[in-house]
Amino acid sequence: MQDAVRIEGVSKTFVTRSGQVHALADVSLTVGEGEFVSLIGPSGCGKSTLMRLVADLEQPTAGTVEVFGKTARKARVDQDYGIAFQQAGLLPWRTVAANIALPLEIHGVGRRERRSRVAELAEMVGLSDFADHHPDQLSGGMQQRVAIARALAERPRLLLMDEPFGALDEMTRERMQSELARITAETGAAVVFVTHSIPEAVFLSDRVVVMSPRPGRITSVITTGIGRDTARDEALRESPAFFEKVTEVRAALHGAPVRSPALEGR
Amino acid sequence: MTTALADPTSPVPETAPVARSGHRRTWVARLRAAVLGLLGLVGVAGLWEGYKAVGPEEGVLVGENRVLPRTTDLAMPHVWDMVQRLFEPVTSLGDAEPLWRVVLDASVVSLGIATVGWLVGTSVGLLLAVLMQRVRIAEWGLLPWIVLSQTVPLIAFAPVVRSWGSRIEIAGWEWPSWLSVAVIASYLAFFPVAVGALKGLQSPDRIHTELLRTYAASATDTLRKVRIPAAVPYLLPALRLGAASAVIGTVVAEVSTGYLDGVGRLLVSYAGQASGDPAKAWAPIFGAIGLGLVAAGFVALLGALMRNYRRGEAV
Ligand SMILES: Nc1ncnc2c1ncn2[C@@H]1O[C@H](COP(=O)(O)OP(=O)(O)O)[C@@H](O)[C@H]1O
Ligand SMILES: [Mg+2]
Repeated sequence: MQDAVRIEGVSKTFVTRSGQVHALADVSLTVGEGEFVSLIGPSGCGKSTLMRLVADLEQPTAGTVEVFGKTARKARVDQDYGIAFQQAGLLPWRTVAANIALPLEIHGVGRRERRSRVAELAEMVGLSDFADHHPDQLSGGMQQRVAIARALAERPRLLLMDEPFGALDEMTRERMQSELARITAETGAAVVFVTHSIPEAVFLSDRVVVMSPRPGRITSVITTGIGRDTARDEALRESPAFFEKVTEVRAALHGAPVRSPALEGR
Repeated sequence: MTTALADPTSPVPETAPVARSGHRRTWVARLRAAVLGLLGLVGVAGLWEGYKAVGPEEGVLVGENRVLPRTTDLAMPHVWDMVQRLFEPVTSLGDAEPLWRVVLDASVVSLGIATVGWLVGTSVGLLLAVLMQRVRIAEWGLLPWIVLSQTVPLIAFAPVVRSWGSRIEIAGWEWPSWLSVAVIASYLAFFPVAVGALKGLQSPDRIHTELLRTYAASATDTLRKVRIPAAVPYLLPALRLGAASAVIGTVVAEVSTGYLDGVGRLLVSYAGQASGDPAKAWAPIFGAIGLGLVAAGFVALLGALMRNYRRGEAV
């Protein structure tokens, strides 16, 4: 099996007017095919930058990024990944259906095929009844679901998600997490998932990658041991194994098993 | 974004906050706008007559300067006289057409020329905007000239355009004089379109352009799918300004190139007759106002057709 992402010795330095920002220093990480990996860490530790390197939206200052054995650029051109950002980023003048269809349209998928694929995706994210609505008529959670459907439109083998649920309230967030777990289990896509919520990372992931800032680096990687075929439901959230991993990640984040206020409220 | 969140497994779908009574509300709004417009018209007429009735004959002077006009029938004919004059023959000759007819015909001619000028100016403006958006250097190189172009007074180059035009003859086709007028109108109309469209094309959020980049979309696709739709809210005011400029440009260019069939010439020649027939001079002014209204109405119609692209706007 081929790895979805292979990051080796990557550093990223931004040159700004006020000087250099060392966003990432010597980061290496491999994401296996179909694996769900979360990146967690305080704000500014380079999570988004790391994901954007994989997406070929930034170029590394040093090191290499491979996606399915190709350069990140080739993978982007070949449409090997789907992406969802913190903001849904829907085009306000397009309906839900037309937003989901956007990547298909750009890649010349025929009208008939487009329509059936969009119907399928809308069904998958539970928005069939809202296909003709415009984004301003949807709640934040619904908009984010459209963005996820759009990211899945071309059946990517890799999903890149940058705090996709960051703007949602807790209840919606948990529901969306379960949905995402179901969808990725169905599609078998590998996922790189940026978050700053510990329970979210543990709940969804095969592995949680803990990062620290200035310069951004990986400080530990925690395997959750929650299999892909384990149902992501309330029972899991209540289980001792889940709590144990949450505690482990928290300890790794703070260097000691105490709650620090540093990560709260971000 | 106030609704409760959807549970896709729930049999009752969430109702999105769609304004159900939207249709009735727009009709009420339209009716109110029409009534207000009418009231405004009545108000202007009332002010006119009111000032004419109570204002001093010599007007109001501050020092040497007259800040309000004389109230004589010569300077300010009664509203009803102006209206009545419209239905009388243009000249005292027996078979003369009614004044309104002559003004209407001339206005239609001017409207046609202004439309050509607006279309040409809009096309040129859009092309320049696309070019400037695509090529940074073009923006640096072109934008100052575009701004500078508008500082050349119309009176200065209108005769130049006419004399160039009169020298053009291609395979028996002669440059018609109305085309000079249209060219000058387009010269005024392209400016707001170029500037507004450029701003609009540059307006998309980074998240949208980056999304298209992740799709490895071509610049043309990005233009079609994101930049042009995002530019619509900027484009509509620009088109409205362009339409107003085209109308003004047409009337002024008609005068300064000596074009005979438009409302511009009527403005000048009737103003010359104002001492003997003061109400007549106002007829082409109404014609010109009508032109402006038609132009604004047309752009408003365009705006209504493109309302899906204006969802971000507070309408
Ligand atoms: N385009 C950029 N130019 C300059 N600095 C940047 C840029 N993008 C990110 N950074 C900096 O890099 C660091 C990491 O940012 P980011 O990856 O967004 O962190 P995170 O997503 O973990 O909050 C921050 O200090 C941020 O200010
Ligand atoms: Mg971030």
